[in-house]
Amino acid sequence: MKSQIKQTSSKEYTATKNACKLCAPLGASLVFKGIAGAVPLLHGSQGCSTYIRRYLISHYKEPIDIACSNFAEDTAIFGGGANLKIALQNIHRQYFPSLVGIATTCLSETIGDDVPMFIREYASSHPDESTAPLVHVSTPSYQGTHMQGFHNAVLATVKTIAVTGKFSNIGHVNIFPGMVSPADLRYLKEILIDFNLPFMMLPDYSRTLDGSLWPEYQLIPEGGTTVEMIRCSAGAAGSLEFGRILSREKQSAGKWLNETHQVDCHHLGLPIGIRETDRFFQALEVLSGRPTPEKYQEERGRLIDSYVDSHKHVMSAKVAVYGEEDLVVAMAAFFSEIGILPVICASGDRSGYLKEELARVFPDDVDQSIRVMDNADFVDIESTVQDAKPDLIVGNSKGYAMSRRLGIPMVRIGFPIHDRVDASRRLHLGYRGTQQLFDRIANKLIEYRQLSSTVGYTYM
Amino acid sequence: MSNIPILKERESQIFRKGKKPFDMTCGKHSLAGSVSQRACVFCGSRVVLYPIADALHLIHGPIGCAAYTWDIRGALSSGPELHRLSFSTDLREKDVIFGGEKKLHHALIELIHQYAPKAAFVYSTCIVGIIGDDVESVCRAVGEKTGIPVLPVHSEGFKGTKKDGYKAACEAMFSLVGKGDIADISPKSINILGEFNIGGEAWMIKSYYQRMGIEIVSVMTGDGRVNDIRRSHGAALNVVQCSGSMTHLAEKMKEVYGIPYIRVSYFGLEDTSQALYDVAAHFTDDPEILESAKELVRGEIQAIYAELQQIKQKVRGKKAAIYVGGAFKAFSLIKALRYLGIKVVLAGSQTGMQEDYQTLKEMCDEDTIILDDANSLELSKYVLEKKADLFIGGVKERPIAYKLGVGFCDHNHERKIPLAGYQGMLNFAREVFRTVSSPVWQFTPKYLSSTNSHHKHPPGPPSRGEFKGKLFQMRLP
Repeated sequence: MKSQIKQTSSKEYTATKNACKLCAPLGASLVFKGIAGAVPLLHGSQGCSTYIRRYLISHYKEPIDIACSNFAEDTAIFGGGANLKIALQNIHRQYFPSLVGIATTCLSETIGDDVPMFIREYASSHPDESTAPLVHVSTPSYQGTHMQGFHNAVLATVKTIAVTGKFSNIGHVNIFPGMVSPADLRYLKEILIDFNLPFMMLPDYSRTLDGSLWPEYQLIPEGGTTVEMIRCSAGAAGSLEFGRILSREKQSAGKWLNETHQVDCHHLGLPIGIRETDRFFQALEVLSGRPTPEKYQEERGRLIDSYVDSHKHVMSAKVAVYGEEDLVVAMAAFFSEIGILPVICASGDRSGYLKEELARVFPDDVDQSIRVMDNADFVDIESTVQDAKPDLIVGNSKGYAMSRRLGIPMVRIGFPIHDRVDASRRLHLGYRGTQQLFDRIANKLIEYRQLSSTVGYTYM
Repeated sequence: MSNIPILKERESQIFRKGKKPFDMTCGKHSLAGSVSQRACVFCGSRVVLYPIADALHLIHGPIGCAAYTWDIRGALSSGPELHRLSFSTDLREKDVIFGGEKKLHHALIELIHQYAPKAAFVYSTCIVGIIGDDVESVCRAVGEKTGIPVLPVHSEGFKGTKKDGYKAACEAMFSLVGKGDIADISPKSINILGEFNIGGEAWMIKSYYQRMGIEIVSVMTGDGRVNDIRRSHGAALNVVQCSGSMTHLAEKMKEVYGIPYIRVSYFGLEDTSQALYDVAAHFTDDPEILESAKELVRGEIQAIYAELQQIKQKVRGKKAAIYVGGAFKAFSLIKALRYLGIKVVLAGSQTGMQEDYQTLKEMCDEDTIILDDANSLELSKYVLEKKADLFIGGVKERPIAYKLGVGFCDHNHERKIPLAGYQGMLNFAREVFRTVSSPVWQFTPKYLSSTNSHHKHPPGPPSRGEFKGKLFQMRLP
């Protein structure tokens, strides 16, 4: 086994060329966008918020306001306390928020700002009711990637807000879905509602980042998990937390609630593919005491039916997949069900667990090698892809240049998708999301064969 | 919309043309907590230097700044495409403690070896000065070792505004100027400054000048080359567009090399023609230049006139909001929109100066809103209040417009369509038409409320028989 899965990590230092990751404050901002009435506030330079807004807007195609404490030269010398307080005050005066999520940046972290102290000072000098709860998350961009920023913001929010309590007389559940699409979030909610399970999903940007037109300007777009519900997360009957890699980390919101408030946590992979989705539905059956609704059994049935109908189109296809580690692991699990070999599994993250988690998915009888690359950038990935010559590239839109240069077709998943119109509407999770992925991948392979044939087949 | 609050500290940066005397604050650091549309010093430098296609652009700092500026602009190159790659020293926690000089040195050597650039720009990000890296000395050492210019760009994000970033970029470029051979440069020659070749605009502008018999020594920085910049001091005149970003370089070249400069704009028929005539006027000893300019203008306008008039019939009477980076662009946009019969009801910029706003005020109609360093709430408030049909801005403004049911044209660096020069004006008019005349607006809350009936059946699609699909023939370069 070990010899089959190669890992090209712990390389000697080289510059990062076309990064396959983003910085931590982006992930944190996204989480705060998924809380009702929340305003994300980056404690650092103006550019941080503007660049992140631009990057998110190009994917979600929605207005995304992220405030900034906007350091100036003297701020960096005397500390950012005064600026942070002005920023908080102005956000309150203009947005009337129900929560302000403060994420630090490399600048404020490097000068050693004591943000928790600033927050205490602000709160004590603004004791009135209109002052929103303030959540602080430490997100220096020199630590981890956008995924750490994301998970840490979820954890910080729960830690700051959760007390105990219930918002429903039936025991509710917490669900921490990770960084998935608005369509995925909507589907998860549909499932939970169909199981008759009251839930607190954090974050939930399914409406805030994918909403309808506005009759009037909205200071903060509607939707998102309410602070009240997050407060009750400590009194939940259980938590569901997605991400095999996340489950290996020391800290997570699910773990903290378990350790501090004895809320059981079901650690699951991102539910992509039959097996991982089955596990998710089994957990829901346990938590709700109900069988899986027929609707989902039918979705599962149709998915397996399509697996069978189209298995030869995908069998033995070689794929290069990249993105966040948890997404890569989940996609690999799905590929293992349909005979696709992910010859390259790459990520810009480096939790250190990627290889082990992939080894669980691909047991010893795999007779071809899989190249596992963590801490990878797109120049590394491209040269590996060139060498391995996969049939398909699967990942976010930043791989397009590579796909074009190498003439290898690509299927876009995850974040960001900056060159297609439906990033928010792409579904990845559950039986329904897997169905979409399966169809898209099979069709792409068929299309490529059709295009490369001289015959011009009209039946495939 | 009265329900959108305006911060008191921002009031002096908002002006409504009317009876009140003009008094507008600008050039200020953005207010903390106000969601400014501005970026930072680094952004200013990056945006100016980005199109130099045969230089290495290495961003020294943690990963964010490099990741967010990877291949984000439509600045085209006719040859090398190094500018479309994103390089970062990707500093980590231990570098923040022990310093990042070693990594910087290592990264530069590695990248110069691998990509053989003609020069390297090293952008400092926020934390570089704070952790005490001596970027200058690393650059000097690597320059000596590799034999190419390695230029530090002092672009720490928080050390000023975007304008300071422009200046830092100009300083870096200026250190290249004067290093090349100028023996064979014609006395009838210019540098084109502040033109970034978005969608191939610089190529169009260049061809105009070449047809007038003028040699282009360098374009800074569209489709830019290090060697052209090195010999740019051989030109007789600097022709500066986007004056906010490049005037500093033009001033320095005037001071050191005695090269005069003029300010121009290539947006709209009027300004483009004026630019060509102004350049011709500089070369009075050759009357043929002015004659060819006149002929060129005539021919170019003739080629697009009929379609422009058709579009004008379709879009006249609409109202536009403009929010752009530099105020100079707003002047041209107002004129170009006016040409199409469109009235500007809001005009603003991220980095305008007092005299720019004075000019804006003079150009605008009564009751127009003028904004400096606006935030998204202010933009929304006035777009709604002024009932704009069209918003002209960049990526961050687009969703604001769309959410409110307002058409949008991208006039920023991310677009793929050239909007400069004569063909560019036609492209712009087509863009305006495609957005304001789209039938989709009939389904928006804005339209439904304006017709005072939420249940009214939307009207049928507008007839566009006379266009015969011509407007949809836009090709990507």
